[in-house]
Amino acid sequence: MKAVECIDISKSYDKQKSVLDQISFSIEEGEFYVLVGPSGSGKSTLLRMIAGLEEISSGMLRMNDKVVNHLPPKDRKLSMVFQNYALYPHLTVEQNILFGLRAKKVDKKEQQKRLLETAEMMGLTDLLKRKPKHLSGGQRQRVALARSVVSRSPICLMDEPLSNLDAKLRAHMRVEIRRLQRKLGLTMIYVTHDQIEAMTMGDRIMVLNDGKIQQIGEPITLYNEPANLFVASFIGSPKINLSKVNLLDQKIILECGLELALEKGDLLPLLTYKNVTMGIRAEHILPGTHENTTHLLEVVNVEQLGNETLLTFEVGKELWTAKWLGQWKVKAGEYVPVSISTKNISFFDTDTGVLIKPCMPTTEQEVVLI
Amino acid sequence: MNEIAYQPEFQTSVNFTKEKKKQRISNLIKGILFLLPSILLFGVFLFYPMGKTIYLSFFLTDNRGDPTVFVGLENYVKIFQSSNFLQSLKSTLLFALFTVPGTILVSLVLAILANEKLRGIGVFRTIFSSTMGISVAAASVFWMFLFHPTIGWLNRIVEAMGFEAVGWLTDPDWALLSVSISTIWMNIGFTFLILLGGLQSIDSYLYESADIDGAGYFYKLRRITIPMLSPTLFFVLTVTLINAFQTFGQVDMLTRGGPQNETNLIVYSIYQEAFMNYQFGTASAQAIILFIIILLLTLVQFKLGERKVHYQ
Repeated sequence: MKAVECIDISKSYDKQKSVLDQISFSIEEGEFYVLVGPSGSGKSTLLRMIAGLEEISSGMLRMNDKVVNHLPPKDRKLSMVFQNYALYPHLTVEQNILFGLRAKKVDKKEQQKRLLETAEMMGLTDLLKRKPKHLSGGQRQRVALARSVVSRSPICLMDEPLSNLDAKLRAHMRVEIRRLQRKLGLTMIYVTHDQIEAMTMGDRIMVLNDGKIQQIGEPITLYNEPANLFVASFIGSPKINLSKVNLLDQKIILECGLELALEKGDLLPLLTYKNVTMGIRAEHILPGTHENTTHLLEVVNVEQLGNETLLTFEVGKELWTAKWLGQWKVKAGEYVPVSISTKNISFFDTDTGVLIKPCMPTTEQEVVLI
Repeated sequence: MNEIAYQPEFQTSVNFTKEKKKQRISNLIKGILFLLPSILLFGVFLFYPMGKTIYLSFFLTDNRGDPTVFVGLENYVKIFQSSNFLQSLKSTLLFALFTVPGTILVSLVLAILANEKLRGIGVFRTIFSSTMGISVAAASVFWMFLFHPTIGWLNRIVEAMGFEAVGWLTDPDWALLSVSISTIWMNIGFTFLILLGGLQSIDSYLYESADIDGAGYFYKLRRITIPMLSPTLFFVLTVTLINAFQTFGQVDMLTRGGPQNETNLIVYSIYQEAFMNYQFGTASAQAIILFIIILLLTLVQFKLGERKVHYQ
């Protein structure tokens, strides 16, 4: 059964510019579904429309095979965690958690039972009498989660819940939320602008830009076979390296003069396009050995991360980044040998941005080798 | 001792405590310079008159207000034996009891209504806050016409509904209530504006979250709006209460303290004592009593309020 189904949903203000344009997708029960996109892409608006906080301009929204366009938020059987948590500052943690249950006039005993259960689960038992003012960021976040869990709604919406936390806590809460979702079997719709959050948490990801769906798919699919240039550059850190290329005699030639040999089979599909852009992930620019060195590139910056080294090369007008495992003693200004294999290159149509040919999927063995 | 110990090491050692003292003094002078305009204004128009009032309240005066005979606390004893003063105290308390809750309740309802996001709500906001721009004198004239026993609209409405005409400002049973009604009307503009501002500063996320939780309108009003508005309500309460005790203009315009001293509020009584009867001594004593009452009420309010009010 589909927990949530959107059919041609659009949103426009004052009947003018549309913020969301004909969005269609469906979410399975128990799925962790991530909406990701840059700010202004309409992802929060979409979430608020699902919650019932925003009017749906056109299209149909279904939950469990029932149309819910006309229902107020409280009848949609969902809970929501807001970016700023929306805790009631004048109420204690306990009253905050119970707010919804009291509003719905749930039986007192049942309230207490659920409260203790939830507080136990979220590790809030000792904080129940405190006001939100006296809690740390992470604790507030947990109260917000508890408030949504205690309602026992099957669908949970989250609007950038981790963006107010510091990096360490964020990594921790990612795991916590994911575990909670699995344990309770919640259907989760999670909005974020952070592609790492999207990649690490989602069962499926929807990438939004300018109110249009760019791609829907599993995290790895999005990474390996990005549907267009936007998804390619949005997903993955460091960013994918992109360059415009020309085709000549079974070779691709970059604007700076860099040449890469192509096999005939790979070349054929590219010939029909006038302008082609190539993309290569940072981990696919490998350190060159005696046998496999293909190019010498000038290093303009080196970032030592301890377990890996990020090298920035100047390739024509573009800056390319390579991610090498281990610690490499390289200085800016040096020329280093690198190995670039054409099978790791994806090609896009420059004019439309659409993917022409993805890179070959890396087999497991190769992963071990790197 | 420490300073001496350090000296060999630092040849050009500075005397830190002395330096700090110098800085503190220069800061103090700068601060006072910034405060000077206020200090001067408050001094001339507030602190000096206040001191003079206390001084005068211990004297009998001639009709120019110069002290003649020192009588100590006799003025205070006298006013507390005077039935007129006790009557005006009682009227003032009743007046405060009518106007303060009345003003706040009406303004709160209007503010909550005007806080809805509707087309053209700005028109209503302007109308509701417009009484703020009307002076007490103008408003009093306006109400005088409404209260007029024969041509006043109020009596016409009352008669049209089949009741007997009311002597709004002439009947001792009605006069205080009538003045209270007009005062509430005059206060609404300011109170409404402050409360609306308070309502708009409440985070809309709180309501959205409550919507999702399934809270109804009145539940949200009781559990979110009122508690979140409590600092504003407290401010409004303090201001209207003090205003109620200092009411003068509308009494002077509408009733002149009559009928039978029913509306002779304390400030009006002070005015009459000082500028009609030329008893500056007793008038000053009354003013001091008023000051003490307001001071005590405000203190009590703050003590009680601190427990109930939620500050963000």
